[in-house]
Amino acid sequence: MAEKVFKVTAESGIHARPATLLVQTASKFNSDINLEYNGKTVNLKSIMGVMSLGVPKGAQIKITAEGTDAAEALAALTDTLAKEGLAQ
Amino acid sequence: MSKHIQGIAASSGIAIAKAYRLETPHFVVEKKTVTDVETEIARFDAAVAKAKAELEQIKDHAFQQLGEDKAAIFSAHLLVLSDPELLNPVKDKIAAEQVNAEYALDEVASMFVAMFEAMDNEYMKERAADIRDVTKRVLAHLLGITISNPSLISEEVVIIAEDLTPSDTAQLNRQYVKGFTTDIGGRTSHSAIMARSMEIPAVVGTKAVTAEIENGDLVIIDGLDGRVVVDPSEEELAHYEEKRARFEAQKAEWAKLVHEPTITSDGHHVELAANIGTPDDVKGVLANGAEGIGLYRTEFLYMGRSELPTEEEQFEAYKTVLERMEGKPVVVRTLDIGGDKELPYLELPKEMNPFLGFRAIRLCLEMQDMFRTQLRALLRASVYGNLKIMFPMIATLDEFRQAKAILLEEKEKLVQEGVSVAENIEVGMMVEIPAAAVLADQFAKEVDFFSIGTNDLIQYTMAADRMNERVSYLYQPYNPAILRLIANVIEAAHKEGKWAGMCGEMAGEELAIPILLGLGLDEFSMSATSILRARSQLKKLSKEEAASLKETILSMNTAEEVVAFVKQTFHIE
Repeated sequence: MAEKVFKVTAESGIHARPATLLVQTASKFNSDINLEYNGKTVNLKSIMGVMSLGVPKGAQIKITAEGTDAAEALAALTDTLAKEGLAQ
Repeated sequence: MSKHIQGIAASSGIAIAKAYRLETPHFVVEKKTVTDVETEIARFDAAVAKAKAELEQIKDHAFQQLGEDKAAIFSAHLLVLSDPELLNPVKDKIAAEQVNAEYALDEVASMFVAMFEAMDNEYMKERAADIRDVTKRVLAHLLGITISNPSLISEEVVIIAEDLTPSDTAQLNRQYVKGFTTDIGGRTSHSAIMARSMEIPAVVGTKAVTAEIENGDLVIIDGLDGRVVVDPSEEELAHYEEKRARFEAQKAEWAKLVHEPTITSDGHHVELAANIGTPDDVKGVLANGAEGIGLYRTEFLYMGRSELPTEEEQFEAYKTVLERMEGKPVVVRTLDIGGDKELPYLELPKEMNPFLGFRAIRLCLEMQDMFRTQLRALLRASVYGNLKIMFPMIATLDEFRQAKAILLEEKEKLVQEGVSVAENIEVGMMVEIPAAAVLADQFAKEVDFFSIGTNDLIQYTMAADRMNERVSYLYQPYNPAILRLIANVIEAAHKEGKWAGMCGEMAGEELAIPILLGLGLDEFSMSATSILRARSQLKKLSKEEAASLKETILSMNTAEEVVAFVKQTFHIE
């Protein structure tokens, strides 16, 4: 299992476009990928799940991936978050 | 046999094309027991696949026609249709309860809708509407119902709809949509304003078009006389084709006046300005040869979103408009929200009488953080052009003084911070409340200019809701009571060496222009598409002559008398 903690820097948090980007990236992988925020865990391949968390700017989030391509998935997500200036 | 339907002429021109009905279908989902669960799940998968293919197409169209921003919403919709948290529970439900796909989808989607609606964030609440939208698309395929996809239109059509919302109009492709007609609405409703800014003919408020017109019917939309003709005869078709050609020819004639100043036959200059809602509108303003912007409605910056626009966003918008206008005057009206324009995220309580309630400057003086943000953005943008600021819905001198004091405070702060701000920003007010029109001589001592907002001034003076069809006969721009108020405002301004403009619909009316010229109006601000017609008219009018009729007109008894007199004197049909 791979996991990593991020701090959200996106101005409006993780909804709308940022959420769309994350779910699109996560959906490319076979691993089970989850997003944890504020004690709640959702499927990172579920747009409604991610949106329902309402992650604001400045929040601490944890992404975990479990499966054959877990490491690649986490790397790709880290890349997306950094490239789009969403979290670090 | 052709059918004629009368409505309200909302945007000029003639359109002739096949009808395209913009439908809002109503679904009835029944619960049924299924025995073959696997076939039912396959049916569900197929409907989802079809809905996705459709959305992909819409997304591509939206991307090409409207840009990335407007297309983004469809990316989100597509993800909902791939969402395992939605799809799996539906399939589980079909299998476990042996129910039909429609029912299972409706149940699961309703749960999500309820969940998003229950959130206390306005943005999240709106996501509930997205889920409903997407679910509807899948349900339509399951039930074999066709739903309209206006963004996919690929041949010339006229749109037939009950009403058009801003998001409907955002999806319309100007290349193919030649005109539209609606059941409801008036000259000042959203759909009418959109039609004029898209420069396509429109007839609104017909009460009948959706009942009378089928998909594919040949339809003529006469936006000059407010008439819709269905299944025209050959003679009628020829008549309207000729009328269209004449209108186009006249437009071409007017187009020659684009770069000319607006000078009356006896050598007086008046300013012809345009009303806009967004920076994109400036293109039409310049193309139509406006000498300035007489009303920039900033509320569009605040609408159709989930939170207040930031200072930076506003600054960018104001700066863009000022720069594109290259030093021509730009009158920006500060936030005019309330009444028929709501901002859901402000969560204001519902009012019994919103037009007489907590709106515009009243709201801004109370919610000062919001107001100050807008003023800062405006002040920062002021160095990029010729900015004038005006406050809406001023009823008392005290309100104007308060608003202006806040503006000066923010200016002072910016200067302290070392930000450059233009020195000579004129600060004026809308005159749309009778109290302000009556007391114009007092206001004129403190304002730099007036802009008369006739739509509200008329409805407040006549105490008649302009949207209420049963009292709309009282909406009388030519009632001598209204004309006297207007005359009073212009006189008061001139006495103090200030200028008076008008930014209501009336300023662009062919009948009103000679009267207003005679009353001494300095600036006429209207839809960009009316400017060249108005210029052509004004160039032929003599200001002295128009002014000589002032006393006669102001002493008349009724609106009918005024209208008849003006028509006869100025040979207006």
